[in-house]
Amino acid sequence: MATKQPINDPMIDPRTGEYAVIAPGHNFKSVTQKIAGVVLTSNTPLGWFFGLMVAGGVATLVVIAVTWLFLKGVGIWGVTMPGAWGFAIINFVWWIGIGHAGTLISAILLLFKQTWRNSINRFAEAMTIFAVVCAGMFPLIHVGRPWLGYWLFPYPNTMNVWPQFRSPLAWDVFAVSTYATISVVFWYIGMIPDFGTLRDRAQLPLAKYFYGMLSLGWRGSTRHWIRYETASLLLAGLSTPLVLSVHTVISFDFAVAALAGWHTTIFPPYFVAGAVYSGFAMVLTLAIPIRKWYHMEDLVTLRHLDNMAKVMLATGSIVGYGYGMEVFMSWYSASHWEFFMMWNRMFGPMGWAYWMLILTNLAIPLTTLWSRKLRVNVGFLFVLSFIVNIGMWFERFVIVVTSLYRDYLPSSWGTYVATKWDYMLFIGTWGLFTVLFLMFARFLPMIPMSEIRMMLPQTKITRHGPDAETVIEETT
Amino acid sequence: MPRREGTYGLLAEFNTPGELVHATEEARAAGYRRMECYTPYPVEEAAEALHFHKNRVPLVCLLGGLMGVTTAFLMETWIAVWAYPLNIAGRPLFSWPAFIIPAYEWTILFAGLSAGFGMIALNGLPQLYHPLFNAPNFRNGATTDKFFLCLEAADPKFSHHETRAFLERFHAVSVVEVDH
Repeated sequence: MATKQPINDPMIDPRTGEYAVIAPGHNFKSVTQKIAGVVLTSNTPLGWFFGLMVAGGVATLVVIAVTWLFLKGVGIWGVTMPGAWGFAIINFVWWIGIGHAGTLISAILLLFKQTWRNSINRFAEAMTIFAVVCAGMFPLIHVGRPWLGYWLFPYPNTMNVWPQFRSPLAWDVFAVSTYATISVVFWYIGMIPDFGTLRDRAQLPLAKYFYGMLSLGWRGSTRHWIRYETASLLLAGLSTPLVLSVHTVISFDFAVAALAGWHTTIFPPYFVAGAVYSGFAMVLTLAIPIRKWYHMEDLVTLRHLDNMAKVMLATGSIVGYGYGMEVFMSWYSASHWEFFMMWNRMFGPMGWAYWMLILTNLAIPLTTLWSRKLRVNVGFLFVLSFIVNIGMWFERFVIVVTSLYRDYLPSSWGTYVATKWDYMLFIGTWGLFTVLFLMFARFLPMIPMSEIRMMLPQTKITRHGPDAETVIEETT
Repeated sequence: MPRREGTYGLLAEFNTPGELVHATEEARAAGYRRMECYTPYPVEEAAEALHFHKNRVPLVCLLGGLMGVTTAFLMETWIAVWAYPLNIAGRPLFSWPAFIIPAYEWTILFAGLSAGFGMIALNGLPQLYHPLFNAPNFRNGATTDKFFLCLEAADPKFSHHETRAFLERFHAVSVVEVDH
């Protein structure tokens, strides 16, 4: 492939023919200035204010929809029997799935020593946390009496009641709360050295104070660094099984129920793959405009986009296998109910949702992502990232709705129609997510400076003292 | 309790990690022990030069994880068997396979919090004041692009003149005295 590229493209490594992870010519100071400059500048781009205004306007939909919900109850939503789960659960699963790519990038790729991830891991982690914020809201407001949401947790109370630990819904509480906590801790710990940098470079007293407090007095001591690196590796090692378990537990919410369309053993791996698939799509949705607006093309390079597209190709194929296996099993199981569910899912009144899912999740991405030309075509990837996330939303819609609305007894069949409150809440969470992300991009270092420094050629230890005779032999 | 007044140490500034590691190895060979390197990113060779190999973060993390799994599993067993026994479709009260999942999550929760906060505690952070922040060049470089070696006054081998002369041998950008 390399020979097809122009030979003098500075972004292509002449030895491997791959795109460079960082553009040549950077040094410790230039990457620090570039990344810290976004946060410490006194000139916030006008577009940022405009974006905040629009996103904030959209986010008020959440406030309105939740206020009305608390006044009237979940009856304002489209959920009813037999479709007792609707938009709230679909959105919960969709948002938390989006979050999973952040943990995957920060944890699994760290363990595999994929250093290219350093440029994108911070905002992928931020994306995780904001996605979990959006996701976590839905089950809480779905419980009917959200002011009693703390009943989900085991705590001693005068009623002498406790959670029922044989239910996947109780497992969910533990999985999602652990996931949110560990993600925040991992994210914050990753930022401590960068807060130190910002503290030392800040001019405004308020910024010095703010970043100084957040940095905990970080001073870059080698002993601190070694413990810090150990803790990061341990957190990565812990987050990896965690991220796999969270979506597994979420899939148990469905798979443990004795309902055709939900009761399958393929759900855990296929949910996890789908989560990573949608998450990488969301990272692309965020990374592409950010690298353009903040001129980060030399830190978030085409190599990153290419690699992310490859991960999407792989996880998308796993998801495609999952769909295929669901169809196969509904026939192979020889179960009347399974067979009817799949027929109804494909050709019933809501069949359009299934074909929409196949089109956006499989047909478009899995035919185009094989081409390297398209994988490094920024505009194409940006559009594709939206298509995949629409597809992943439809996947959850298909799983939740088309399994429920025609159950075992035809006399109880119904349909599912989302109300305006469902739509308002869903669209509002996009606004909330965008507001949080814009605040993050403005006030926190969105690319980890210390980790970018480690990728520069200047980190090579030459072992040559300034005196010619004190050269120390390289031992390794 | 180390002294809290007078000189904290002598701080040498270098432009490259190679020079820092070289100076640190020489200082160690010359018998200095109370010293520390300060770098803008982790430099493993500096830790080797300081002979700093072991840290207790993994142990803290392990203990946290064991605490998490024990807490969660015993809590679930106590709740399901004694405190609030419920007959769920005739399943045994002690349904241990189901209890594994929350126990697994709390293993990760406790281990992760122990690793994170354990690292901060073992590092002695938060410590918003440190004598090195008094050095005029430290905050300009230590978190950006410079490499520092500090030989501390608490070292028995430390002496103002000899240590300064020793550090100046390595062609440091500067050698400054840092006060408490």
